[in-house]
Amino acid sequence: MSGEHFTLHVNGADREVRDSWLGESLLDVLRDRLGLVGAKGACEQGECGSCSVLVDGSLVCSCLVMAAAAVGRPIVTVEGLATPGAPTDVQQLFVDAGAVQCGFCTPGLVMAVHDLLDRVAQPTETQIREELAGNVCRCTGYGRIIDAVRQVAVARRDRTGSAP
Amino acid sequence: MPAYVPTTVEEVTRLLAEFPDAVLLAGGTDMMVEINDGRLRPAGVVVALDAVAQLRSWRHEPASGTLVIGAGVTYTELLRDPPAMLAPALAEASRTVGSPQIRNAGTLGGNLATCSPAGDGLPVLAALDATVTLASAAGRRELPVTEFMVGVKRTAREPGELITEITVPVVDGWQGYAKVGVRNAMVIAVATACLVVDRAGRTVRLALGSVGPTILRCPDAESSLAEAIDWETMTAEPDALSRFGELASAASRPITDHRSTAEYRRHAVGVLSARLARRAVGRTEVAA
Repeated sequence: MSGEHFTLHVNGADREVRDSWLGESLLDVLRDRLGLVGAKGACEQGECGSCSVLVDGSLVCSCLVMAAAAVGRPIVTVEGLATPGAPTDVQQLFVDAGAVQCGFCTPGLVMAVHDLLDRVAQPTETQIREELAGNVCRCTGYGRIIDAVRQVAVARRDRTGSAP
Repeated sequence: MPAYVPTTVEEVTRLLAEFPDAVLLAGGTDMMVEINDGRLRPAGVVVALDAVAQLRSWRHEPASGTLVIGAGVTYTELLRDPPAMLAPALAEASRTVGSPQIRNAGTLGGNLATCSPAGDGLPVLAALDATVTLASAAGRRELPVTEFMVGVKRTAREPGELITEITVPVVDGWQGYAKVGVRNAMVIAVATACLVVDRAGRTVRLALGSVGPTILRCPDAESSLAEAIDWETMTAEPDALSRFGELASAASRPITDHRSTAEYRRHAVGVLSARLARRAVGRTEVAA
């Protein structure tokens, strides 16, 4: 069977994909063909959220996106959020709050938290819990993750509050 | 080039006429699970529907009192007003689907096309007497959603056909959805119920999910509650609500599988139905 050739728009750049099999997930293409291993593969059925990326500005599980169908749509992975050595506020506060233990779920959670705080600037704890229900963490028990989200929200409010 | 990403319904129907066995891909939340698991390996043509703008929009038609939902509208979109205001039970059901990630991708048309007995949108569509519109190169046809859903993952969709729209009446009266699963988030339904009270028509409609090969309507329960409701005060006696739950249980046809037992499902769907009826037409005074 001849492979699929197509171009994906990932983190602001056109990336050519060669010899993909029909039905191959965006997750596998990102990791195995484009070398972007930030999104993690675990359940491959949309339950764990560790493969979360933005497609067309929407948070989705990249394991449930057919790569060949994502042509022409902007894709943002965790690698596209920041440059090495200059973490985003979410990434920094995850570290500071102790929200990272083994780290496997962290890229997906960081994507989900950015998406949440872009839509809801000051979420309640209930909102945080409901909105992050699709990102499973087996280490932290979520307490410090929720702390980190709250701290980002407070820091952003204080920053905008002090601005003229 | 076996993966097509058309942008219009006409392009889709043309592709389907050319490749009747083409696999239609909507949000991917069902199909990609099958592919990742190795249970499905598309060999021929995949037609992805994401880029078809017409499928991704909804419209309110006040003249006919309907909400027309494009098959590619996502659960996230159904959770927002105005659709959520016009079809509140559909918004409630949408909120119970997966996680934000799943609700951003999964579509109402995909829910129908998969036709799982546990599809969260489906009891709502059945209770609202929704109509499904299908398009093919030969033209369009419409059919009631209860005729569209034939069995476990079986529908009346013919090869060459595409679900384009789902039309639901905007009903004057209470409507709600209830679901039981092992927890609140990220759960596939063990039993669901949707109740719609049509104040103008003085009827009620009840549809059950996950308790039969496909969604079940409950004519006996419906007529029993409709007769028991005082339509002036919009209330019914507690006995009538219990009876409604019993008739709902009796109408269910559950099986035992890896998610639950038939006995539990039969019981749970009665509890859910009675609970919905209490919310809709229960007396306000609460027992101590």
